[in-house]
Amino acid sequence: MSLLWIPLLTIAGIVVPVMTSRHGRRTCVNATLVAPLLALALALSQAPAVLAGDVVSLQIPWMPLLGLDLALRIDGLTLLFALLILGIGSLILYYAGHYLSADEDDGRFLAYMMLFMTAMLGIAMADNLILLWLFWELTSISSFLLIGFWGHRSDARRGARMALAVTGAGGLALLAGFLLIGQAAGTFALGEVLAAGDVVRASEHYTLIVALVLFGAFTKSAQFPFHFWLPHAMAAPTPVSAFLHSATMVKAGVFLMARLNPALGDTALWSLCLTLAGLATMLYAAWFALLERDLKGILAFSTVSHLGLITLLLGLGSPLALAAAAFHILNHAIFKAALFMSVGIIDHEAGTRDIDRLGALWSMMPLTGTLTLLAGAAMAGIPPFNGFLSKEMLLDQSLQTGLLGALSGIIPLLVVLAATLSVAYSLRLIWSLFFAAPKLTREEKAQPPLKVHDPARGMLAPGLFLAVMSLLVGLFPMTLADPLVSAASLAIQGASTPELNLALWHGLNLPLLMSAIAVAGGVVVLRQQRRFAAVATLFPARDASRIFEAAVVRVIKAALWLTLRLENGSLQRYQALLILCALAMVGIGLMKLDTLTGAAGLQSLDAMLVLGAALAIFGAIGSALSHRWRLVSILMLSVVGLMVSLAFVRFSAPDLALTQLSVEVVTMILMILALFFLPQRPPLLVSGRRILRDLILAVAMGLVIAMLNYALLTRETLSIADYFLRESVPGGGGSNVVNVILVDFRGFDTFGEITVLTLAGLATFKLLNRLKLFMPAGNVEGIRWSQQRHPMILAVVSQILLPLALLVSVYIFLRGHNQPGGGFIAGLITATALLLQYMARGHDWTRARLPVSYPVIAVSGLAVALATGVGSWLFGYPFLTASFGHFHLPLIGDFELASAMLFDLGVFLAVVGATLMILVNLGRVTTIHRPSLEER
Amino acid sequence: MEALFSLVVGVLTACGIYLLLRGRTFPVIIGLSLLSYAVNLFLFSSGGLRTNSAPVIGASISPTDPLPHALVLTAIVIGFAMTAFVVILAVRARSELGSDHVDGQQGEEGDTR
Repeated sequence: MSLLWIPLLTIAGIVVPVMTSRHGRRTCVNATLVAPLLALALALSQAPAVLAGDVVSLQIPWMPLLGLDLALRIDGLTLLFALLILGIGSLILYYAGHYLSADEDDGRFLAYMMLFMTAMLGIAMADNLILLWLFWELTSISSFLLIGFWGHRSDARRGARMALAVTGAGGLALLAGFLLIGQAAGTFALGEVLAAGDVVRASEHYTLIVALVLFGAFTKSAQFPFHFWLPHAMAAPTPVSAFLHSATMVKAGVFLMARLNPALGDTALWSLCLTLAGLATMLYAAWFALLERDLKGILAFSTVSHLGLITLLLGLGSPLALAAAAFHILNHAIFKAALFMSVGIIDHEAGTRDIDRLGALWSMMPLTGTLTLLAGAAMAGIPPFNGFLSKEMLLDQSLQTGLLGALSGIIPLLVVLAATLSVAYSLRLIWSLFFAAPKLTREEKAQPPLKVHDPARGMLAPGLFLAVMSLLVGLFPMTLADPLVSAASLAIQGASTPELNLALWHGLNLPLLMSAIAVAGGVVVLRQQRRFAAVATLFPARDASRIFEAAVVRVIKAALWLTLRLENGSLQRYQALLILCALAMVGIGLMKLDTLTGAAGLQSLDAMLVLGAALAIFGAIGSALSHRWRLVSILMLSVVGLMVSLAFVRFSAPDLALTQLSVEVVTMILMILALFFLPQRPPLLVSGRRILRDLILAVAMGLVIAMLNYALLTRETLSIADYFLRESVPGGGGSNVVNVILVDFRGFDTFGEITVLTLAGLATFKLLNRLKLFMPAGNVEGIRWSQQRHPMILAVVSQILLPLALLVSVYIFLRGHNQPGGGFIAGLITATALLLQYMARGHDWTRARLPVSYPVIAVSGLAVALATGVGSWLFGYPFLTASFGHFHLPLIGDFELASAMLFDLGVFLAVVGATLMILVNLGRVTTIHRPSLEER
Repeated sequence: MEALFSLVVGVLTACGIYLLLRGRTFPVIIGLSLLSYAVNLFLFSSGGLRTNSAPVIGASISPTDPLPHALVLTAIVIGFAMTAFVVILAVRARSELGSDHVDGQQGEEGDTR
């Protein structure tokens, strides 16, 4: 379990700085350091086993169906990275405490750093591909927050955006790659994937996998051609650059390639991609490092170059090259973090990072100078520093490779060239900063010279520690580095490794000569630096951020163009497009059908059917044709509704017929009411072209639907009906299967449905608030409407009908479980009967006799239904489990009382409440009781 | 008979779609109702069209598939809730905008199309 504590500690560490930042900078930093240091100790406690070659792992199932486990591991490679992340990370946190100016939000900064640390640690420790990917994305997000920490600066915002876009795109590609790997290997567990390397390499998608994974890794590690985001990420505060852009995040890509080497590596494709990308990156970035004027820019390009070096080593792929890659990851992190810290110090003290404005700093800041000198020498690869050792190994391995066939000799040449450039920019950094005089323009010379001095010891200490480490590792590689590097290279290779012989002196050999050439060449290049700079001016400067921004702007413009095309604010346009898409899709489906008529037998027609169909068609076409004569249109619509109800009667659906009929009544009342508020005769403003288009769309859609329905009707269908028919009486206690389905089998659906109904009612309540009315006094022809508001005959008849209707509705409700009927229908009948009272006698009269609040009724109906459902929990059953029993009442006879009945009562109340809420409110608007401006 | 049923459903759909594409709120509401009828009939027919076989145990020898009935019953009631909401939305839109055009503007020839 101690494995789990390592990330848990750093997660806990995220909140520590936020909580402690008000107690002062020092307390905050010290408190924040506790978690990573403890985590480091925990990681180191696993070291003995790991260095002996074991893999310590922990598996906790998380989402086993997705293959996602909370699986962690520590092997040599993880240990190496954990040391960098937690060790160098702690030093940088300490350094950041001194670097940030007093008024900056250190709590937020340190919290972001800890978030990033957690994410990075997760990548290193994950033993599951999906988990690894989750942490990978988290590093992208947290690095976005860190690069953009100074959000008031536009370069910081732009740099952060670019980093997120590039690494985010890589992350998505990586996910696709991982999914393919998982598919090929049959598992997402990292250990099993690494062991199944042969299967993955033989997979048909291997090329695609390599492309996707390398896209992710190259974007993250800023490899050519995705290198451009890293120099712009230097807008971040320097501790961020030191941590993310030298020691850790950009190493994530390299880490990934190393991690997956046993599964994907050792093929020509893999080696070639890595070698070529590595070589190109190494040379290209080293050249730009030489030309750059911004100190952090120099370090950024040099980082890119060194990452290229590591990629190249991974591409060479021999056991010693892989070991050298692991070794260089360690070495580079040490000296580059130290260099970033020293540049941060100079920026902090001098207020500028322009290498031309700085110079002759040695006398003023000797300690910073020493730090830069040590770390810079390591970067140049000069003995006896650690950078020399891994570079020697690269030179040696570049001579051994036969990757490019007869062209292989070009690799050592290019490596020496890159090493030469590397010596040159390292020496330039040291020489221009500390020994040469600043190259000032005339105006700058007029200003007083820079007065700088060494910073507080706390700011120097972490950098000096790392610089001394790079010397010590160079001097005693076998003691300090060999165990770790051997364990890491074991993990990279997935098989046993040859004995490493890390030493400064290997005798006089070819690599040593190449090193000497590189150093000598570097000095020459440095002396001629001005000429190189002059050559560089021949090429037009290409600012990657400009290109990137321009691309983003282009994408946005294209999206805008498309959006304006599709979304011009016309509902008619949207609907036409939607129908067109639906047509296309259904059309494709129909095309795949061999024949429209299926195997099922056809039924014969009779006169009633033909008459009904004719009436329905007449009604539909009539209502479409007469849509400007709105009352006629509604009447035509009601013909269709009636025919639909009759169709339900004919085809054995009594429940549906009853429901349709009662809904029909309520809908018609609603529509006629609404007519009162809408224009009576809209102007005819429509072009023939538009009518033709709509007709074509409508007829095509109707045709397609008719064909679809015909195809459906003439085919035998498999149904789950048997289950419901069988279980209705024994399981649900009712013989009306439709009702049993509604209140019992699929009670949850019904519950959702009455909720929607109630919500619609409540929403209309709100919509009718503060309504401005257009109330006409007469019809289109100008005839005033009748002033006799409540005809006597209707009033009398409706009063007589009310008790009868309520009786019918109770009857329908009670028998609903066994005979056609139920809560829905009973509710609608009750609502209609009450509505009739409103219509016959007016709102005031009815209101005085029926002082109830319909929203309360609807909501209490919901409450009853919910209580019935929850009630089954009390008896230890799942939500909405129904129970029932038989009872005998005198006169009425035997009947069943089921808990489903109570649920149906809830349905009944909700339907009554919601229906009346809608209609009575709309009706009320015409009276003096309309919701006023005060009522909200 | 299957062909006739399909024809009715198709005509209802076509009329519904045509009305949906009109520029005023009221025809759109009518169109929506017509389309609901068509959809309900379509779904209903997926259980088979049979006479004298109501899905009530004991009332018929071989009851028809009750599931589409339950689904359509739900759809009818939800359809009512939706129609009611749209109707009142249309009333409200007219009162706010002074027009019953679906795009919320009293248009010229070009807009109303």
